[in-house]
Amino acid sequence: MSPAFSLVGRIFSSRTLWISLIVVVLASTLPLYVSGYILGLLTIAYYFGVFSMAWDLLFGFANEVNFGPTFLIGLGAYTAGILDNLYQPPILLCLIAGALAAVTGGVVLALPALRVRGPYFGLTTLVAVLMLQNFVVVAAGLTGGEIGLTVPDVISIDDKVNYWIALGFMTVSGLILYGIARSPVGLILQASGQDAVQAGALGFNVTKHKLAAFIISAFFSGLAGALLVFYLGAASVGTFIDVTVGVQVIIAAVIGGRRTILGAVLGSIFLIGANEALRPLGDLSTFIVSAMALVVVLLFPSGLLGLLTRTKEAV
Amino acid sequence: MLFWQILIDGFAISALYALGATGFTLIFGVSGVLNLSHGALMVAAVVAAWVAGGDLGVGSYLGATIGVLVGLALTMLTYFAVVRPLQLTRKIREQEKEIFILTATLLWGIMIQELIAYLYTNNAKTVLPIVEGVVMIAGVRTPANEIFTAVICWLVIGLLWLLVNRTRAGKAVLAASMNARGVTLLGIELSFVYVAVWAIYGVLVGIAGVLLGMFLGVSSYSVGPLTASAFSIVVLGGLGSVSGSLIAAYVVGYLETITAYLVSPAYRTIPALLLLVFVMYVRPRGLLGRR
Repeated sequence: MSPAFSLVGRIFSSRTLWISLIVVVLASTLPLYVSGYILGLLTIAYYFGVFSMAWDLLFGFANEVNFGPTFLIGLGAYTAGILDNLYQPPILLCLIAGALAAVTGGVVLALPALRVRGPYFGLTTLVAVLMLQNFVVVAAGLTGGEIGLTVPDVISIDDKVNYWIALGFMTVSGLILYGIARSPVGLILQASGQDAVQAGALGFNVTKHKLAAFIISAFFSGLAGALLVFYLGAASVGTFIDVTVGVQVIIAAVIGGRRTILGAVLGSIFLIGANEALRPLGDLSTFIVSAMALVVVLLFPSGLLGLLTRTKEAV
Repeated sequence: MLFWQILIDGFAISALYALGATGFTLIFGVSGVLNLSHGALMVAAVVAAWVAGGDLGVGSYLGATIGVLVGLALTMLTYFAVVRPLQLTRKIREQEKEIFILTATLLWGIMIQELIAYLYTNNAKTVLPIVEGVVMIAGVRTPANEIFTAVICWLVIGLLWLLVNRTRAGKAVLAASMNARGVTLLGIELSFVYVAVWAIYGVLVGIAGVLLGMFLGVSSYSVGPLTASAFSIVVLGGLGSVSGSLIAAYVVGYLETITAYLVSPAYRTIPALLLLVFVMYVRPRGLLGRR
């Protein structure tokens, strides 16, 4: 059997994946009996799930803590939004441009950032977010500044269509990211994350693999960001770039279960749902959600999915 | 005139940055922890001093003291409730603990920030200054409070230097930052050293916070920027190097002041961020960092 086939075989032999696929099929029937309000929440949660899965690839596998997921998301979202605002090309073109911009930004960020380790890497990514945020505010003529950017086109005005697009996009992204994580590339990433020197001594090009992980993560973050712009019909610093948005992405991935990819989706749905349910409490809602995330980090470091599948962490 | 203005304002702001960053780099040097709730602890100290001085009306001295004490208490809580359990747990691999501590302290910081926003709103809070009035220095009208801030900052940094270099306990701390295993071999209980360092850090955070509250005022929105500025100063100076952070604090403080006065306050933070990226690229361990 060729390596490609054995890889496909390995991905589809996973029980978690089959359960997830059944859940996706069930989820695709939701529009038949659920209100538009819940569909809208889930649509956002699904895009958020892609953000978190892309982040988990870097954190859980490459062991790089990226405090700037919103740098990549924001680049994708704003590129697509600005392009649509200026020239109104077909939406597909805007989406591609958004994804490409995020990948380019990811490479520009990763090249210096991967020279440094651990906390330094985290800080570099954090600085990137702050700079992008400053740029958006300063270049207000192009980006709408602090008020935000409205996009003339949307993909669809139908709740159900939007929901299915989000679900489909999340499923495809999830399959690809999960496949990468389970492939030999994922193993090498994990090895480089745990001991870069030893992985290098075994003949693996650590930098190349981490760069690849960064590019993949950037691609999905940017594309998801661009799609979310055309769902919301607007982009603003507060929804796409602000550090607090990045923190939410991180919380979702951590609650869901690190190094599981699919857990990130679970975490996102939980997070968006909890934020919505606790909305009447105002500022206290973020407090409660953060506290829950902290409890998960302290007591169940392998997250929700880790609890469900009971995969033992090696000590 | 403008030159003197920048020189004086920059000096006071930089002194404050230096004090804030010193504690941050100290705990990293000794226990390897990067505390991302740093900004939240500072803001909590300010809010405590503000509540004590304003609502409870205990006066500026007692208010400031209460602020510092609350900063200290919260810092110790951070250590015992968040950092220590993660350091001791066996559920997480040793080499992944750093990342978990980063994430956990970040979440802890957000919790403090949101609780403050919930209880005392997002409005900016200014602590009653201990000294009032205006002094003329080289033709520049300088608030006496600004001078007071700079003096206290340097006094505390000086005391810290004496403590670390001249006392037995301080020398143990210094030794622990160089080689933790060596210290235990000499019969010094490492966990005492950690608690001592966190206590020192708590006092520094409290003082820096209260001074910041008197000088500029803070709101719960300042949490992120405060952590980010301490983090960038410390990285610029070299993680774990106290003298490096002092230099870096002055570089960042003056860069920001010059930009604010000569270009526009809106661009205040940008040159420092660019410098940080540049330094990380050419010299990732910072100005005076150890390998």
